[in-house]
Amino acid sequence: MQDFEPKIVAFVCNWCTYAGADLTGTSRIKYSANVKIIRFPCTGRIDFMILMKAFENGADGIIVSGCHPNDCHYSTGNFHARRRWIVFRNLLNFTGIDTDRIQFSWVSAAEGFKWADVVNNCTKKIKELGPYENYNKIAVSTLFNEEGTSNE
Amino acid sequence: MSRIGVFVCHCGENISATVNCEKVAKITGELKGVEFSTDYKYMCSDPGQTLLKEAIKEHKLDGVVVAACSPRMHEPTFRKACAEAGLNPFLCEMSNIREHCSWVHPKDDLTTEKAEDLVRVMVEKVKKNKALKSIKVPVTKTALVIGGGIAGIQAALDIANCGHKVIMVEKLPSIGGHMSQLSETFPTLDCSQCILTPRMVEIAQHPNITLHTYSEVESVDGFIGNFKIKIRKKSKSLDEHLCTGCGLCTTKCPQKKIPNEFERGLGFRPAIYVPFPQAVPNKPVIDRENCTYYIKGKCKVCEIVCPTKAIRFDQEDEVIEVEAGAIVMATGFDVLKSDYFPEYGFGKYKDVIDGLQFERLASASGPTQGEIRRPSDGQVPKKIVFVACAGSRDPAKGIEYCSKICCMYTAKHAMLYKHKVHDGTPYVFYMDIRAGGKMYEEFVRRTIVEDGTHYVRGRVSTIYEKNGKLIVKGADTLMGGIPIEIEADMVVLATAGVANKGAEELAQTVHISYDSYKFFAEAHPKLKPVETNTAGIFLAGACQAPKDIPESVAAASGAAVKVAALFSNDELTRDPLVAVVNRQAAPVYSACVGCFLCQSVCPYQAIEREEIKSRSGEIIKTLARVNEGLCQGCGTCVALCRTKAIDIHGYSNQQVYTEIMALLND
Repeated sequence: MQDFEPKIVAFVCNWCTYAGADLTGTSRIKYSANVKIIRFPCTGRIDFMILMKAFENGADGIIVSGCHPNDCHYSTGNFHARRRWIVFRNLLNFTGIDTDRIQFSWVSAAEGFKWADVVNNCTKKIKELGPYENYNKIAVSTLFNEEGTSNE
Repeated sequence: MSRIGVFVCHCGENISATVNCEKVAKITGELKGVEFSTDYKYMCSDPGQTLLKEAIKEHKLDGVVVAACSPRMHEPTFRKACAEAGLNPFLCEMSNIREHCSWVHPKDDLTTEKAEDLVRVMVEKVKKNKALKSIKVPVTKTALVIGGGIAGIQAALDIANCGHKVIMVEKLPSIGGHMSQLSETFPTLDCSQCILTPRMVEIAQHPNITLHTYSEVESVDGFIGNFKIKIRKKSKSLDEHLCTGCGLCTTKCPQKKIPNEFERGLGFRPAIYVPFPQAVPNKPVIDRENCTYYIKGKCKVCEIVCPTKAIRFDQEDEVIEVEAGAIVMATGFDVLKSDYFPEYGFGKYKDVIDGLQFERLASASGPTQGEIRRPSDGQVPKKIVFVACAGSRDPAKGIEYCSKICCMYTAKHAMLYKHKVHDGTPYVFYMDIRAGGKMYEEFVRRTIVEDGTHYVRGRVSTIYEKNGKLIVKGADTLMGGIPIEIEADMVVLATAGVANKGAEELAQTVHISYDSYKFFAEAHPKLKPVETNTAGIFLAGACQAPKDIPESVAAASGAAVKVAALFSNDELTRDPLVAVVNRQAAPVYSACVGCFLCQSVCPYQAIEREEIKSRSGEIIKTLARVNEGLCQGCGTCVALCRTKAIDIHGYSNQQVYTEIMALLND
């Protein structure tokens, strides 16, 4: 597994974590290039279909990160994200999806160092877990074989 | 078929030092749908932008991806450049290959590959972008100011002096608020009435201000620039146009023993009354709960004596509807009620009073004409104890915050007392002296040093009456916590400042958020202190948190500037990155099932109900509709929509899925 370079997608909110990741850059803190960011207005916008879509397309790990509780630009979006995560985590565990591959975190616009830590820790963890080959097996056999809402 | 242009920026060497920009431009130039790709030293520079504009025209581009720094930095720059070249600005996207790539990774192939990935994501996203138009919202250039205390007065005058119309609503029969009850103000000791009343008169006389006293806001609909407000004008039992304010009725009213609210119960008023002599408007109202005519059905003395026949016993409440473009909340605060302090005997012993009552005693127009006399027997108290932090900073009372104004007004009270009762001895029990403010610390020092007030650091545990004296038991923590017992003639509690009764309901009526203490919540504690989370509604004064007069005035002027800025254009222009409910030509076929889960999670009340009716007027279906004026584009509704009927421009399901697929499948 030494040469395994995992594909990790980070879904982040525009106001805190995206800005925090900008600060990581401005501060020239290095982190692993495995993580690539997709920008959202708010973590409240991120539903679980988006996470499933990432696994379906071969992601080995996922980071979801937004404003700290009470700091949401839209006041409550991150609370909805947190609740959704608590509820769906159980469902995902039940269906056999490896929730260890999903990292949920709060990174503020001032936490450039924290973002680098989140990325590096997640990369390290996913490298240990290895490529996520199991997802499509689970998906095909159980839930998502006929999922067609996205391919319009 | 797309014709997309990719522009890769070197940012001097900021990007090109670790990313092979030429290679990124070359590789991404081969992507399907990319018509043109290039790299350039500084895309944001004038020549860089010219390059972009010319490429758009020359290659007839219908989408642009600029791979450069963070979109938080230069997205507006490049979108503007696109618009200048005739391309819809929302067809321009940025790939962040500087902050998220070149600055955080070493120079190697992986870094260049990541940059290619990031560009590819945006190329695929742009293909799904729609040409959007900025949202224009018309603005009604009238402001509604709720509350007629000093904050409301300041905000209303500032807005009116900018040339805009103002509607002011005050719950009580007169404007003036708590400031009109104060005797003198710290730290200058100028008389509160003297500085306030000219402004009250200005409100009444200002051509741009319409004043509704004895009125309350009943409902607020609409959104920024376009609020529709219903105001209930409670019946004053009086024809205001006929009344000259002569006051004859108030002197002849046989019902004279009603506790006077303005004097905090230290005096009496008749059933037809003007709250205080300088009231604006200076016309009486009938308190129907205490009026003999309304209770027993006969009396009508006021009607008989009124020289202009202005009394109207059968007058009913009137509900008027007004339109406003902005709302300023200036509803002020209240102080803790007596039932919070059984241990201090507040409400039980007549001579245990609160700070506002002391203000009335010290006021030249108060029940004692400014002499400090205790309520029980009218004697001048020779020993007086002031208790600071009565309720404040006390989790046991549910008030964990500092009420902020009490340290200063307690010092002022002690000083005023010494100025009026030269041989008296004032004591102040305090936790900390918080005198942050211009000339505040000096003022407190004067109270202690020049006027000889005894400051005791410690809390009062109990107060009880013994032989006509109030025994105040406390401790002096600076003396090692030794118990202290003072035989006082009068006790003044600096009761905590709390949110107004009904603040919660009003916040819900107006649709703004409030904190756990029921104070109205600002949009950002530091950078948006006078805005609320609801666009177009602003905060002024102590309805937000306890504030002294200078702070309230400053906040009010701040709110007024925000309103004036809002009114500086005939239309508001907003980014169109808002949610939208997908619907076909016949809305009956919309995927929306009308569950309104979106409505329950929207922090901005932007989801409306749209009724689809048949030709005979029957409601066939109720759909959600997004009010573009209110939506701020968070997308929480999109994530929750069960049927995916609601989507958001700029971050649509299609765009997001495309981005994910492009990122992972190279």
